[in-house]
Amino acid sequence: MNDVVISADKLTKRFGNFTAVDQISFEVAKGEIFGFLGANGAGKTTAMRMLCGLSHPTSGGGSVAGFDINKEQEKIKQNIGYMSQKFSLYEDLKVWENMRLFGGIYGMKEKDINIKTDKILEHLGFTAKKNTLVRDLPLGWKQKLAFSVSVFHTPKIVFLDEPTGGVDPITRRQFWEMIYEAVNDGITVFVTTHYMDEAEYCNRVSIMVDGRIEALDSPKKLKKQTNSQTMDEVFQKFARKATRGDN
Amino acid sequence: MKQFLAFVKKEFFHIFRDTRTMLILLGMPIVQIILFGFAITTEVKNSKIAVMDLSRDATTQKIIQKLQANEYFTVVEDVQNPDRIDELMKAGKVSMIVVFDSDFESNMLHTGEASVQLIVDATDPNQATTMTNYATSILTQYQQEMSTTYRASFVLTPQTRMLYNPQMEGAYNFVPGVMGLILMLICAMMTSIAIVREKERGSMEVLLASPIKPIFIIISKAVPYFILSIVNLITILLLSVFVLKVPIAGSLVLIMLASLVFILVALLLGLLISNVVNTQVAAMLISGMGLMMPAMLLSGMIFPIESMPAILQWFSSIIPARWYIEMIRKLMIQGVDGIYVIKEFAILTLMVLVLLGVSLKKFKIRL
Repeated sequence: MNDVVISADKLTKRFGNFTAVDQISFEVAKGEIFGFLGANGAGKTTAMRMLCGLSHPTSGGGSVAGFDINKEQEKIKQNIGYMSQKFSLYEDLKVWENMRLFGGIYGMKEKDINIKTDKILEHLGFTAKKNTLVRDLPLGWKQKLAFSVSVFHTPKIVFLDEPTGGVDPITRRQFWEMIYEAVNDGITVFVTTHYMDEAEYCNRVSIMVDGRIEALDSPKKLKKQTNSQTMDEVFQKFARKATRGDN
Repeated sequence: MKQFLAFVKKEFFHIFRDTRTMLILLGMPIVQIILFGFAITTEVKNSKIAVMDLSRDATTQKIIQKLQANEYFTVVEDVQNPDRIDELMKAGKVSMIVVFDSDFESNMLHTGEASVQLIVDATDPNQATTMTNYATSILTQYQQEMSTTYRASFVLTPQTRMLYNPQMEGAYNFVPGVMGLILMLICAMMTSIAIVREKERGSMEVLLASPIKPIFIIISKAVPYFILSIVNLITILLLSVFVLKVPIAGSLVLIMLASLVFILVALLLGLLISNVVNTQVAAMLISGMGLMMPAMLLSGMIFPIESMPAILQWFSSIIPARWYIEMIRKLMIQGVDGIYVIKEFAILTLMVLVLLGVSLKKFKIRL
C-alpha cells in the first residue's frame, strides 16, 4: 500500500464520558472501495465526520488526501466529495441548478460546469429532466443524481454515508455501477452501509463495534476467517459483541 | 465571491418557489397593516347608546340630537322605564345610557344646576373612559353655547389640542408597531427557520463538508431576508401613507436608518436562535414566543409601558422592538429631529454590538 490517501492513527472522539470512536487506526489506498460497516451507534458517522473535517478528533490523528485532519481541514474539504444519508439534493431546485450550485461551491468555472452537467445528464439518461425540480423525481433518481453531484468536481476521495438507504435493489445495483465508474476515474470511495450484500462489492471492509474496529480485511478473507458463507454472517458474528444499543 | 453569489441565488430560489414563505413574506405586512389600521381599533365609533329623558323639554332634545349627530354615538333607544336600563345593559344592546333628570331645563335656567347621569358599561375600561370623555365633551360644548346665550358666567372649559394626531387615529399608533413586528418576524423568524431547515434536512452537513466557509453560508442566508425586509418596510410605509393616510412627519432617511439598525438586531437574533435549536418547529416556537409575543405585548405597541408593573417595564427595556417602535413613533408621527432619538438609536446599536459579539463567540454550527 504505497499510495495511501486516507490514514487514521488512534483516532478518538469523546463526548463527555461517552467514547464514540475509540482509537481506530486504518489506511485506505488510492482507488480502493473501502466499506465502513457497523451497527447504528457504533461510531461510523462520527469517524467519518472527523475524516471529512466536520469535527475535531479528541485525540489521535490522521490524514486525508495528504492533509492533516487536525490542522488542514479546509484543504481536505477542497479534495473530497461528501454524500450524507439524509440529504440527497435541494428539492426545490432544478436538476441543473443543483449541479451548478455544487460546482460553484467547489470553485469550478461556469463553462466547465455546463459541459460536465450535460455530460453527466446524458450519461445517466436524464437529459430530459434537466429542468425538473428535484422533488418531482423518484427517490432512486435522486440518489443517483446526488452521487453524481458529490463527484461532480472530481474529488480525490468521496465519502458516502449510507448512500443507498431506502432504495430498491435494482437502483442499488445501478448505484454501485456508478461507484465503480468513479473508481475507474481514479476516485477513492469510502462508504458506510447497512446492506451486507453491498459489503461484498467493497475491496476491503472494516467492521466497527462500540467505537472500535473489530475486523478489517477483504470480504473474502473475513468470510474465510470466521468460517461464514456471507458477509451477513460475518457481520452478525462481530456485531453480537456490541454492548451499546441503537444510538 | 462567486461562491457567495451562487449561494444567495439559491436562497432566493428557495424563497420564491415556496408559496407559503412568499405568502408570509409579502402578504403578512399588508394583512397586518390593514387589520391593525382598520379592524383592530381602540377608537370609539358608532357606539350604541340609549337615552332616558325624564324631562322631555327643548334642551334635552337638543342635547340628544347632538349626541345622535355625533359620529361616535348612535342612539338606539329612548328608554321610558328605569327597569329597561338594566335590561339593555345586560343584553349588551347598548354600552352607555344617558339619563336626564326631570325638570332638566327649568333647573338649568333657574338654579343653574341640572344633572345628567352617564351609565356606562365598564367591562372594557378603556372603551368606557373614551365614551365618557366623548359624552362629557358634547355636554360641555352645549353648556358653553348655552352660557353665551343666557347669561355670562364663568365657565372654565379646558381646551384640548391633540398634538401629532389631531383626529386621534388609531393607525398613527399602530403603524410603527406593525413595522416593528413585521421586521422582527421576517428577519428573526424566517432567517432562523431557513438556517435550521438546512440542519434538519441534512444539507447543512454537505455544505459544511464543502470548502465554502460556514460564515458565508450564514450571511448568504441572511441576505435575501435583509433585502425582503427592506421591500416590506417600503410597502408598509407606502400603505400607511396612501391607504391609512398616516403622514410621514419626519425624515425618511432617519426612518430608514433606524430600520436598518433594527433589522440587524433581528437578523442577529435569528442567527442566535438557529444556533441553539435543531428543528424548524423549535425555531418557530422560540422566535414566536420569545420574540414576537414580547414585541407585540411589551413593546408599548398595544399596552402603554408606563402602566406596566416595574418588573415588566424593566423587562420591556431589553426588547429591541420597544426602542424601535418608540423611535419610529418619534420620527414618523411626531417628526422630530434625529437628536431626539439618540437614546433609542444608541440602545439598538449597543444591542447589535452585544449580539454580534455573542454570535461570533458562540458561532458554531452544531450537527
